[in-house]
Amino acid sequence: MNAPVTRRNAILGITAAATSLAAPSILRAQSAGRIVVIGGGFGGAACARALKRADARLQVTLIEPNKLFTACPFSNEVIAGLREIEAQQFGYDKLAADDITVVAQAATAIDTQKRSVTTADGVMLAYDRLVLSPGIDFHFEPLPGYDEAASEKMPHAWQAGAQTLLLRRQLEAMPDGGTVAIAIPANPSRCPPAPYERASLIAHYLKTQKPRSKVLILDAKDAFTQQRLFEKAWKELYGDMIERIALSQGGRVTSVDASTRTIITEFGNYTPDVANVIPPQRAGRIAAIAGAADATGWCPIDPVTFESKLVKDIHVIGDACLGGGIPKSASAASAQGKACAAGIVNLLTGRVPEAPRITGVCYNTVAPGYGFSLAGNYQPKGDVFAEIEGGATSPVDAPRELRAREADEAGRWFQTITADCFG
Amino acid sequence: MAALINVPAKARRGDVIEIRALTSHIMETGFRHTVDGVLVPRDIITSFTCRYNGAEVFRAELFPAIAANPYLSFFTVAKESGKFEFEWIGDNGYSSTASASITVE
Repeated sequence: MNAPVTRRNAILGITAAATSLAAPSILRAQSAGRIVVIGGGFGGAACARALKRADARLQVTLIEPNKLFTACPFSNEVIAGLREIEAQQFGYDKLAADDITVVAQAATAIDTQKRSVTTADGVMLAYDRLVLSPGIDFHFEPLPGYDEAASEKMPHAWQAGAQTLLLRRQLEAMPDGGTVAIAIPANPSRCPPAPYERASLIAHYLKTQKPRSKVLILDAKDAFTQQRLFEKAWKELYGDMIERIALSQGGRVTSVDASTRTIITEFGNYTPDVANVIPPQRAGRIAAIAGAADATGWCPIDPVTFESKLVKDIHVIGDACLGGGIPKSASAASAQGKACAAGIVNLLTGRVPEAPRITGVCYNTVAPGYGFSLAGNYQPKGDVFAEIEGGATSPVDAPRELRAREADEAGRWFQTITADCFG
Repeated sequence: MAALINVPAKARRGDVIEIRALTSHIMETGFRHTVDGVLVPRDIITSFTCRYNGAEVFRAELFPAIAANPYLSFFTVAKESGKFEFEWIGDNGYSSTASASITVE
């Protein structure tokens, strides 16, 4: 393994060694179980690696159609021209070197009776346990006028990659004095603070390049995470450049017209120069194909093992699962991937799974050298994950040195989590 | 913030049209206490009325269980060009009005 030796790795290594010495001989057979993981983001990659670390005899297959993963955290900096997309991209070579079979195909069907996954090239893969980490899919029905084609004119940039670069090009092409609108859906959605970080960094770009321009937020929420921190930073850094129309001020977007780049809210129409429309979301499509998504579009799970409440032998992690109080983030997905791996190893060896403790951390950079954060701890409480003590949010009144330090920490957090998952 | 009204600017005679009205109001329930144990007095909107060229087409009574910034959406039939008038009445002599025009063809 080329992953940096952290205390966590070291402990997992010891556990694995102790297990293999103590395990009865039957468990030392060629394979301790076949695990297929669908989705190679932060959740899937962390889970595949943790499975292999916990028991090297497990046959772990990762199904992911993209040869390169493009990470969402820090992609707002790419939009604002502060970072290049290559810094967001990671391959799967190191996972393959960990003896994880990486299949560069899309999973198209799942037979929950026979326990097999079919990929786009027609190959069938059998599993004992299947882990779904498909991230999000867009839910276009509640937003008439918006679809894949509309996203080429009004980019969502909510899955990092081509969309990120499209939004960046639109900002670059916009004349000074223009308006950039950001339409924000209600929760649950991927990374709740990210739209506000995006508004901040776009404002930074405009302030430095096109200072007569504006950012208009059309929001389906009244309140949002770390609101006081954001609003204070906006006032401090950008004056009145960012205007936000909240839910109770008529900010909820009800439809769009891509041909005229019009955003329609409950109480008005807007025709911005750049329209960043973030549509409502649901679990990645394969979750519904597997029957693991409920009427909400998301996947109910057992909070101890992440096993689906709807389908046997299938676990769901990351943005796709209904994680109770856990916000959908890269950090939470990777922590869930590890906890799910531990749960699966225990289930396969007949041990009682232990209740995990998930830590999620989220950094927001509102300008270069200006960051703040939120950290939360979560544990199963009854049927869902609930937040427990020990969480912390950056203070609202703090010197700029602290903001600068947190911006640095954000960069180190990204290096650590990407090395842990892909390095 | 003034009230938000959404009435279609134009409609065909006989069309069923949607009307939306939102006003900002605290809608204090009267059931809450301060940290010192003092009851926070009730302060809610109690009634909403919509008139179309003087004739009442929609009325609602509001209660403490209704959240802040009440948002009402309802339908009526476009009959003739004219004016929609909206009125909110509440505790402590609260009163607020708004209006919007429609052209019916």
